[in-house]
Formats: sequence, C-alpha cells, structure tokens
Amino acid sequence: MKTEFEHLQAAHCENGVTTNLLRSAGADKLTEPLAFGIGAGLFYVQLPFLVINNGPAIAFRTMPGLIFKRTCNALDIPVVRKKFSSRETGKNYLDDCLAKGQPVGCQVGVYYLTYFPKEYRFHFNAHNMIVFGKEEDRYLISDPVMETVTSLTDYELDRVRFAKGAFAPRGQLYYPLEKKIVTDEQMGKAIVKGIKRNINHMIKIPGNIAGVKGIAGTGRKIKKWRDKLGQQKAGLYLAQLVRMQEEIGTGGGGFRYIYAAFLQEAHAFHPKDELLEISGIFTEAGDKWRNAAVQAAGIYKGRIGSQADFDVMGDYLIEISAIEKKAFQALSKIKWNS
Amino acid sequence: MKKEEIPQDDGALNKLTKEVVYAVDKNGKYSSELSTGWDVKTKALDLAWEDIQQRIEEARQKVLRNEASPVLYFIELRLMDIGILAAYTGFWKWTIRQHIKPAAFKKLSEKKLQQYAEAFNISVEELKTMNVHED
Repeated sequence: MKTEFEHLQAAHCENGVTTNLLRSAGADKLTEPLAFGIGAGLFYVQLPFLVINNGPAIAFRTMPGLIFKRTCNALDIPVVRKKFSSRETGKNYLDDCLAKGQPVGCQVGVYYLTYFPKEYRFHFNAHNMIVFGKEEDRYLISDPVMETVTSLTDYELDRVRFAKGAFAPRGQLYYPLEKKIVTDEQMGKAIVKGIKRNINHMIKIPGNIAGVKGIAGTGRKIKKWRDKLGQQKAGLYLAQLVRMQEEIGTGGGGFRYIYAAFLQEAHAFHPKDELLEISGIFTEAGDKWRNAAVQAAGIYKGRIGSQADFDVMGDYLIEISAIEKKAFQALSKIKWNS
Repeated sequence: MKKEEIPQDDGALNKLTKEVVYAVDKNGKYSSELSTGWDVKTKALDLAWEDIQQRIEEARQKVLRNEASPVLYFIELRLMDIGILAAYTGFWKWTIRQHIKPAAFKKLSEKKLQQYAEAFNISVEELKTMNVHED
C-alpha cells in the first residue's frame, strides 16, 4: 500500500517533515523557510556546564519538535501525536495509519539508521522522517534531507523508532488529524506570530546564555579556550561549534540563511519593505558565521593557532551578536496591520 | 551566501545525498540549492572521528592493562556513554560503573553478559575478547 504523498527535499528534517505533512493537509503554500519562521526556529544557546560528545553544548535552532508543534498551532491544524510503551502497539498503529492512506511523521534515532553514512551515525534521537507506505516487508520512507525516497525493513524501522538515550523517540509518530483550508490571512497571521516569538527568544531572554547575548557569551569564552583547554581540545571545541552551525540541516550559516529566505517569503503576505531589508541583515549574519567557520577551521587544521587567532574568532561572534541584535530590533519595530 | 559561492567539496554525506543550502542570486533573491559538501565542515567531522578513534584505542589499552573491563571499550566503540548504555541494557548507571571494573566484570552471570552483548550488537565471545569483525 502506498499513500498519496509527494517527497520534497529540505535542508532540515523537522522543517521538511512539517512542510511535507502540512502541505498534504491543506497548507499548500507552506515552504521550508515559512515553516521554519512560523515555528520560530531560529535560536542560539550555549548550555553552561554541559558537555556533549566531549564538546560544548551549542544549538542554533529551537528544541526538537517545537517547529512542528508551533506551526500546526499557528495554522490551526489539529495534530495527532502518539508515543508507545510497546513496540508491538507502535508498529500496529503505524500499519493502521498507512492502511487508511495516512502518511505519518516519525521521530527516530540515527545510530542504527542503515542508509546514513557511518560518519553521521551518532546517538542522536531527534531525527524526523515520513513513512508513506509499505510494500511487502519494506516501509517506504521519505527522509527530507535526502534527494530521493528510500525504504527500511520492519526490523530496521523498529530499531530506529525505539532507539534509546536522550530524547528517546519511544516510537513517537504524528500527523495532521484532518484536511483544512489554510487561507492567506491565516498564513499572514501565523507569520507575524512566529516573528514576534522569535524576537522574544533572541533578544528578550535574560542572562547571557541564550539569544544574541549567548552568541557574544560564546565569543568571550572562545578567547579563553586556548589557555583553559590547550590547543588540541580548543580545536575540538571549535570543530564542534562548526558542526552544529554548518552540518546537514542548517541550510548554511547556522540557519541564518533559511531565516533570511523566510523574511523574503513573508513579504508576499505582508508587503513591507523592511522585511526585505532585514532579510539582508540576516544574510550578512550568515556570511559572518561562515567566515568565522573558516577562521575556526584554520585553527583546527593547525594552520594558525596563536592567542591572536582565537581573539579574532571570538570577535567574530561578538560582532555577529551585534548584527543579529540589530536585525531583531528592526523586526520588533515593524507595525503589522493585522 | 551567493549562489556561485556555494562550496561543492567532497564530504562523507556525499555518498548518500547532496544537501540543501539557501543562497541568493544576483538580485539578492533566495532559493534553495544543492551542495556536495564543504571542506571546512568535513575537517570538523574528521577531527571528531579522530578523537573518537583515540578514545577507543585508549579504552582498549586500559582493558589490556587490566584497568578496565571490555564494557568500557565497547561504550567507546559504540559511541555511547553510561547513560545510553543504561537505557539499552536496563542496568542502573551505578551498576554499569561497577561492571567497568575488571574484577566485577569477571563475576558477571551469562545472562548479564548477554544483555551487554545485545546492547553492543555483538556476541558474548566478542564482548569478552574485544575481537569484533565487522565492516
């Protein structure tokens, strides 16, 4: 059996699943940047005292699952979301959905995801894919980060749906409950809601951990890494920063380019020229993030590595923090009609 | 990022798929484009793996020196930590810390060894000898 479903490749798995599922549920104008912006996906945080994979715990986007949840809420599309304590029930539920013609979003771990290259298979449990059919023993899979659709056996899908550890998926699946008509007016309102939420997250959270102040905070820390951690470990830390920023799913520049694209697309729903100007500021921020990554690579490749080089690296982030602050302040000054 | 600046370097992901990036055209308009990879991040990932290989080797040496049990070696080999292993085996973290000591490991029942072997996706024999043959 095969459900009615169109695979679209996306930069990020959750954006992709959100876009693909909601388009088939009636939000036919939804794109990856719009889903990301409506879901207020842009973020920055460095969690203090926490070490992940022996490096700093840094995120450039919001918590897994929130983009889908917020976008569905904002567009008033009801969602079914289920977790399972037993593998058997989890499998039967999925099979029932497919039999009814319902494509289903699934949260999975990537460690046992057989089609992923070995280099990418860490114990990361917040990957998302859509299961859209079953042919004999194989489930048909639309993984948004891939150019084409793929498939997994019963056993393989079961293993990734019930992976263990942090963010253990527990077989979680989700799908829109019913088809709805999403009007342009609703899209417009959802966009404003998403932008306002993102302004809050980036410039209104107190403390120096999250948002634009968090970026500058990391910048100041980087300047101390060489002395504190030693050259080799400092290099590893910078490499981890670059991976979080540039790895598959970010669309480049730590999601800043996707956000810039979102503001351009938002212009179609709210013809305000400020949106295009501010989009340009996010492009500038994304470019600066990429330049910083090149600087970091110089250090972890061992080409450079003096304290002055770490200072330049830290200053990049402090400068980016100021640019993004300017962008979000400009966004907060827009007068929306609705 | 401008379209013509999108890096098209080689990377591990390229074996599977090209990835989507967002870039602007001459008029500053965004669209999604494909990239094969970027050497800046390829090197970052390589470095992470070199670090992992080093940790695996250190763990192996510790086991050979009888300072740790093979559980430590397989935690590193399978990119786990004690928390993840606890989730897969159902053992308490504290228990696993005990089993990382060689003396406690030697006293483990066949059933418990089997639980570890399953979590590490190996046989009990492989667990004891650290001799794993795979691709």
